[in-house]
Formats: sequence, structure tokens, C-alpha cells
Amino acid sequence: MAWYKDTYDWFERRLQLEKPIKDAVMHPVPTRAASWWYVFGSASLTLLILQVVTGILLSLVYVPSGGHAWQTLQVLNYQLPLGWFLRAMHGWGSNFMVAVVLIHMAQVFLFGAYKFPRELTWVLGVFMLLLTLGMAFTGQVLRFDQDAYWGLAIGASILGRVPFIGGSLVHLMLGGPIIGSATLTRFFALHVFIIPGILLFFTALHVWMVVVLGVNEWPVPGRIVRRDTYVQEYHELTQKDGLPFVPQAVWKDLFFSAAILFAVAFCAALFGPYGPTGVPDPSIVQTVPKPDFFFLWIFTVLSYLPPSMETPFILIVPAVAVAILIALPFVAGVGEKSWWRRPIAVFAVMFIAVCFGVFTQLGTSTPWSPHMTAWSGAAVPVEYLHNRTPLERQGALVFQEKQCRNCHALGGVGGQRGPELGDVATRLTEDQMIRQVLLGGGNMPAYGSTLSPAETTALVRFLDTMHPNYQPAAGDASRLVVQTGGIPPQSTVEHGGGQQNPH
Amino acid sequence: MDEKLPTPSPEQEHRRDAEGISRRTFLMGVGIALNAIVGIAIATPVVVYLMGPVLRRKEYRHWIAVGDVTEFRPGETKLVTFRNPFRELTDGVTANVPAYVRCTVEGKFVVFAVNCAHLGCPVRWFSESQLFMCPCHGGVYYADGSRASGPPERGLFTYDAKIEDGKVMIDAGQMPTLSNRASAVPCPGVTKKDGELVQIA
Repeated sequence: MAWYKDTYDWFERRLQLEKPIKDAVMHPVPTRAASWWYVFGSASLTLLILQVVTGILLSLVYVPSGGHAWQTLQVLNYQLPLGWFLRAMHGWGSNFMVAVVLIHMAQVFLFGAYKFPRELTWVLGVFMLLLTLGMAFTGQVLRFDQDAYWGLAIGASILGRVPFIGGSLVHLMLGGPIIGSATLTRFFALHVFIIPGILLFFTALHVWMVVVLGVNEWPVPGRIVRRDTYVQEYHELTQKDGLPFVPQAVWKDLFFSAAILFAVAFCAALFGPYGPTGVPDPSIVQTVPKPDFFFLWIFTVLSYLPPSMETPFILIVPAVAVAILIALPFVAGVGEKSWWRRPIAVFAVMFIAVCFGVFTQLGTSTPWSPHMTAWSGAAVPVEYLHNRTPLERQGALVFQEKQCRNCHALGGVGGQRGPELGDVATRLTEDQMIRQVLLGGGNMPAYGSTLSPAETTALVRFLDTMHPNYQPAAGDASRLVVQTGGIPPQSTVEHGGGQQNPH
Repeated sequence: MDEKLPTPSPEQEHRRDAEGISRRTFLMGVGIALNAIVGIAIATPVVVYLMGPVLRRKEYRHWIAVGDVTEFRPGETKLVTFRNPFRELTDGVTANVPAYVRCTVEGKFVVFAVNCAHLGCPVRWFSESQLFMCPCHGGVYYADGSRASGPPERGLFTYDAKIEDGKVMIDAGQMPTLSNRASAVPCPGVTKKDGELVQIA
């Protein structure tokens, strides 16, 4: 007998792991379920392991101290050989993990895999999604830069909206009165011990249930899940038309996991690590904070909600969404699994995907925010100054100097908070512009107290030239009426209700 | 001498199992109860430890100087930075807290927190247009701190301010949110009848 066989037997006699492992890996899988669609769960596990390994490696250098964390990130980025690559792997691994977990969830939902008897697998999966997002947020905080600092400020402001106990919650979250070292150590404990501990435990349970309950069969229209017959039917299916998980199905998981790992490494090498951006010094107010990619959609929602709805929305909707996800397998635990017979489920996934895409896209361009540097950084396009009188050019100067450009674009450059003003004179008359500038309204601040009459005149004269391509300037209907001594019979101008002569 | 009890007969064992009583299950029950009592005894200090930041004090406020009165000219708004009075040893730059000091007339000051009343982002002062603008969601405030446009429901947070020994002092120390004393102010205006700003932390 070879020496390695002896060694193996020595260990096996003591560990006795051969049989349970063999039973687990050889469990039969329905033939059609050995599909490329079923690889996302194992890929999530692979990414989780990658995150644990790269995270431990980063912890060899990182110091969770408010005064030092940022500097240790610089050491990782610039001083330790390939420290930047490990940071990049961890950062991109996080992106991929959130994405793959979401795809896994959508696939499981569309394939009806949450139905009897796999309800608990789904419920655990919902918590694992929340834990994964928790890891993403706390990880963003550990990258202790300006974005992390102001992300915490936003989190604290949201908690501060909780009725009655909001103030205490804020101090509890921050570990003190302000965002500081105590805040960072709290998030460090969450990110390194508490959340990963729970996540690994839940993952073990989740995988255990996948093994003992079997992989969800390929949904076929008309094959109805019933509580009293399903287990028997599934057993017959795997007996009649099943394959052992190893090696018949697992090779696809292995291929996909390798591809995902390669993709993470590729992105890490190509795009490098995330930040850190500037030092987390709150006295540097020249900053434009933005959350990481997967939280951009929340950023968008928070800017579009009407103020009165905001607090109830922030505090209630997340709880309702989680409750719906948890209730799903108990409300729809039996019946059709096939997407051909579940149009609402398909529509729901598409709707959520489109919303996520649109909100994220808006979050990257933030059309609701003033462009803080446009007034001094973006010159007035020369065609708006050509052939203009000195007064009109003076108006262009006022336009820039009073930061109008931060919210109003000219020639496509500038803020998008207010309308682009390249053709404002085709929409507003001079009188209307004066009124709008001085009194504001429609989400525009009033400039009555900051503009002198001379500045207002110059500004409005400049804006009044904004009717490009020989478009007619906006006219005042009432003046037309006065000039012509009444409404001409062929005019499209109608009598206003309040202006009609009663006699 | 054999002191052992005779082993229970099968009938005795059966009866004991049916009744669910045995000395060992009773002792196990006592063991669980003991652990529960000890567990609660250990958990209480843990909860107190975790709640430390809340139990230590309800509001973190302390008078602190932000500059000489002569530094601020009437009609101007200036960004100042002070070290937070409740800082920890390792806070580093995070203990630098900024604030906007506005001198309305000679000897009168209003001090604003930089945190937007919407979600706490840092607002920036533009002296040319006399506006505070927030880079996050586009909240805009007038020079007196009142809301001009955007998602905020109210004006900027202000600190209590006074003058002592020729220095402008403010009552500061905690991040202003809608939950500390700031919430006492009704939305959306921050001005009282006499034109004085309501002072909030």
C-alpha cells in the first residue's frame, strides 16, 4: 500500500468525513438544472471567500483610527508593493459580489426556487443580501475619506429623523457626538467581525439547505408545486432523470467562478483601487460627496422626493420592502414555478431593474445639484457674446459672477438644476425675466436683495439676446392687443376669463 | 461492599421515560437556569457599555471660541474651524469642525452649522450671490440661513452665540441633526417676529 494511502486512512479513521462529504457532493441534481443559469450561487460564495481573504490581508496594514486610517490607505496604495492591487481586488470584489448576489436573487425568483420546501433558504438569502449591502456600506466607511465622512453624515441625518429616539440613535451610531475615531472603530467592528460572522454562519446554513433539499428543478409550465406531493415528485425526478452534482454539474460552477475571479482581477489591474479621495477633514467644505455605485439610486430617490414625504418614506419603505421579500415564499409558496405562467413576477423584476438603472444613471450625473465650479470654471460660449452691446456683455459678466451658471447651463455646460438658458428669450419676455430673477420661484432663489438695479438691467438685457437661429423672441400678448387696438379677428390670442369685459 | 443502587428494571425505565422525570434531566434544567441567570448578569454591563455614548450625556454642548470679534466685518459671512471640545485622542482631522459666522451688524453674530438641514452635507457659501448651496441634493439657503430652494424643509442649523472677552463664542460639540435641539424650530422659516434668528444647536 502506498504511503499516501496509509496517511489518508490514518486521518480518515479519526475524522470520518468521507461518507458525509461523499453524500453531499454526489447528491443527485435534476439533469436540466445542471445549467449555466445555476452558477450564480456558487459564484457568490467564491466572491465571499475572495473578500474574506483579501480583507484579512488588508487588515495586516490598515489602522482603524480616525487620525490614521487615511494615511494607512496611502501606504497601501503607494508604498507597499502591490498593496494597491489588494485594495483594488477587495473593492472590485465587493462590486462583483453585490452584482452577482442580485443576479442570483433575480434568477432564483424567476425560477420559483423560493417555493415549498425552500422558503427558509429564500428568507435566509434575503438576510444575506442585506448583510452583503451592509458589508458594502461599512466597507465604504472604512475607506475613511471625504466621501466616507459625508456618507456617515447622511446616514446620521437619516437616523436623526426617527421620531423620539433619533438623537440617541445618532450618538449610538457615531459612538459619540461627532463623526470621529469612535465612529470608525464601530464600523470596523461591524465590517470585520459582526457582519461577516453572521454572513458566514448564514452561508453555511444556506448551502446546507441547498444540499439537503436538493437543487431547484428547471421550471416547466403546468408542473404545479403542491405541499403534499412535491417532495415525492422531486425525488422521482432526480431518480429518473438526475445527475450526481460532482462532476456532472459542478464543472460549470467551477468554470464560472474562475471567470468571475479573473474578471475581478482584470478590473482591479485595469482600473485600480477606489480612492481614497481627500482627507476626512470636515473643514474642507469644497467637496462633492457621492456614495458608491450601489447606493447611487438611494441618493437619487432622496433628491426627488417631495420634502413632506421624505421622512416617512426613508423610515418606512425599506422596512416594507424587506417585509415583502420575507413574506414572498409564505404568500406564494405553492403553484406555478415557470416564468411563462408568472407574468407579474417577470414584470416586477423588469420594473425594479429599469428603476435601478434609471436612478443609478441619474445618480451619476446628479442633474439636481448645482455645479459648484461652473460660475468660475466654464466660460460663456463666444457665440453668446458676439455682436453684443457693452451692456449685454456686462450682463454676461453678472450672469457668471452671481453663480447663475451653477444651476443654468449655457451651450450645454453648467448646472442642470434649472433650465438651460441658451434660448430663454424665446420662452420669457423681458418683464417675465425681471420678475423671475428678482422674486425667484419654481425652485429658484430670489435675487432681489443681491442684485443692484443696474446689474438686473444688464443681466436681463443679456438674457434677452438668447433667441438663437433667428427664432422669434417671446412677445407680450397684452402689448400686442394694445398696439393693434383690440384682438385681431384672425389672432390665436384668446380672451382670458378674468379680462373679459362684462359689458 | 457494593454500595451501588440496583440498575432500574426495564419497566421502571419505561415508566420514568413516560413521566419525563429523572434526576439528570432535572439537573440539566437547573444547569440551563443557572446559565440563563449568569448570562443575564453578564449581558447587563454589555448593554450599558454599548449604550455608553448615549448614557454619558444627552446633549454634547460646550461654549467654545471661534475667533475675535474684530475678525468679522459687518455684512460678511466667514468660514471658521474649531476643534471639537469632545474629541478623542485618535480623532485627528475629523475633530476639525467648520461653521459659518455671519456678522449682521457691528457686534451681532449668527453662526450657522455647515451641515445642510436636508441630509447633513456641507453647504458652500457664495458671497457674490449671497447664497449657501449644497452639493448633494441642491438645497439652497439665503444669507440669513432661511431656505431658498431645494429639498430642505427648513433653514440652516444655527449655534447659540455670545461675545465674551472680545471673542465670539458658540455653544457647540455635536453634529446638528433634526433630532437634537434643532427640531424645536418650526419649518420652514427661521426668523422670529422681531427679525432675530432663533438660536438652535
